[in-house]
Amino acid sequence: MHALLAGAPALPLGEAGKYVAGAYLVFMVLLVIYVAIMAAKLQRMERDLKDLAAIAEERKAEPEREGVGT
Amino acid sequence: MYGKGLRALSIATVVALATSLTLVFFYAPLDADQGFVQKIFYLHVPLSIVALVGFMVGAVFAILHLRSGERRWDAWSYVSIHMSVIFGVAVLITGAIWAKASWGHWWVWDEPTLVSFLIVFLMYATYYPFRYAIEDPERQGRYASVFAIVAGAFVPLNFMAVRMAQSLVHPRVFGTANGGLPGSMMLTFLVSLGAIGLLWITLVKLELTAKSASGQLKRLRRALDAPAPGGGSRIAPEVS
Amino acid sequence: MTPSRTAFAAILAKDLRGELRSLQSLPAMALFAVTAFVIFRFGLDRTSLSGSLASGVLWATLLFAALLGVNRLFVAEREEGGFDAIRLAPIDRSALFAAKATALLVYLLVLELVVVPVFAIFFLDSAAALPPLVLVLVLADLGLAATGTLISSMAVHSRARDLLGPLVLLPLVVPLMIAATSASEPLLVLGGPGYHRFGTWLAVLGLYDLVFLLVGYAVFDFLLED
Repeated sequence: MHALLAGAPALPLGEAGKYVAGAYLVFMVLLVIYVAIMAAKLQRMERDLKDLAAIAEERKAEPEREGVGT
Repeated sequence: MYGKGLRALSIATVVALATSLTLVFFYAPLDADQGFVQKIFYLHVPLSIVALVGFMVGAVFAILHLRSGERRWDAWSYVSIHMSVIFGVAVLITGAIWAKASWGHWWVWDEPTLVSFLIVFLMYATYYPFRYAIEDPERQGRYASVFAIVAGAFVPLNFMAVRMAQSLVHPRVFGTANGGLPGSMMLTFLVSLGAIGLLWITLVKLELTAKSASGQLKRLRRALDAPAPGGGSRIAPEVS
Repeated sequence: MTPSRTAFAAILAKDLRGELRSLQSLPAMALFAVTAFVIFRFGLDRTSLSGSLASGVLWATLLFAALLGVNRLFVAEREEGGFDAIRLAPIDRSALFAAKATALLVYLLVLELVVVPVFAIFFLDSAAALPPLVLVLVLADLGLAATGTLISSMAVHSRARDLLGPLVLLPLVVPLMIAATSASEPLLVLGGPGYHRFGTWLAVLGLYDLVFLLVGYAVFDFLLED
């Protein structure tokens, strides 16, 4: 394979490689940024769910404390 | 339930992407004119095709939204366009890198597909301020669907006009994209196209799942009469 | 006449009469265009234009002048409740689209009647290009009328309405502008008008017009729901 790549015309491999790597890198970076944003959303949702669970448990405990009827 | 099948889809996407990368760097032969730089083509072109198809898909969902009045179609339309715009950023950056590597300039006006794509990108970039400027959520959804349909009709007209405006002397530099590709390159290209397409679908599904979960949270919050934290997107339609 | 045709005629007549009486948009558009020509004269440092430069200056100026008119197209409806009236009337709502688009078309044609001769006097050597140019102008105006009406009817309900209309409309009319300038350029070369691919570009203009007139007509109903 090295023989194949060594025969490449146009830009010398070192230079060309940098551009190709750059393009694929940009793609990866955008993907990872998207994942990071999704992760942040998920974190926020987890926090909200935790708060809501706490509220629901509190509600459940209240009628037991106050007895029957509202 | 939007999350169903998301795991299988993600696995399929990873496998497809890995296969595509392997083919690109270990199987596809070197291009006679452009050399190693041509490898960018296996990333840039599939991204652009998938982004454009995504815009069309957004228009189709918009039609469904207008005809049925169901809010979820608006969400599907929004996410499709949103994802295609993100893919569009990748198209333009990889296109610029390819242009610099091939021609020495970060931008060339000679490549009609790239120029057309820039114009389409500029068109869809106005989708966000457009949605943001319309306050009533129901009207926002309706108008956004009209925008998506108008923009969908605009895309092919734009490509046609730009292509025709190119001087007839200039050969299409990505002419190898359709005709004259050796079998091994074509295979690599098709696998890459499929992988990027799967990626788009997976990410759209992921986004819709996140929106749906967020919608369920709101629902739960309302059922518990819990105070809302305030905020929430002004432009992203809700999914519930 | 069917109710829709009556409505169409009524709305169109009201608009044109209103503009004639108040003379708000048209003089502004014309003044803007002529001043823009002066700016171009100094900016490009040229006293005569031909070919692609002439085509570019003319169409850029016409486009930006048109934007002024587009912005004002639905302001009266918005302020005086015209949208509600249409919604309540038992007519095909697309009649409003047809009437407004026709009104905008008339404004653009009248604008060009004034501005294009001024352009010729300022920058051109001969008026030979003007007759074929009329064809290009009419077809381009149709496209601008269709898209301008569509976008303006949505922008008028938004917060930043003066900004939103031009923002969305500009990329949308790029294919139209490409076709108009490409058709005009050979007409404006020194030594007499040329017709290189003239028919082809007219066809592109026609296609653009057809597509957006149809889309506008089909979709306008959904814009008026409340």
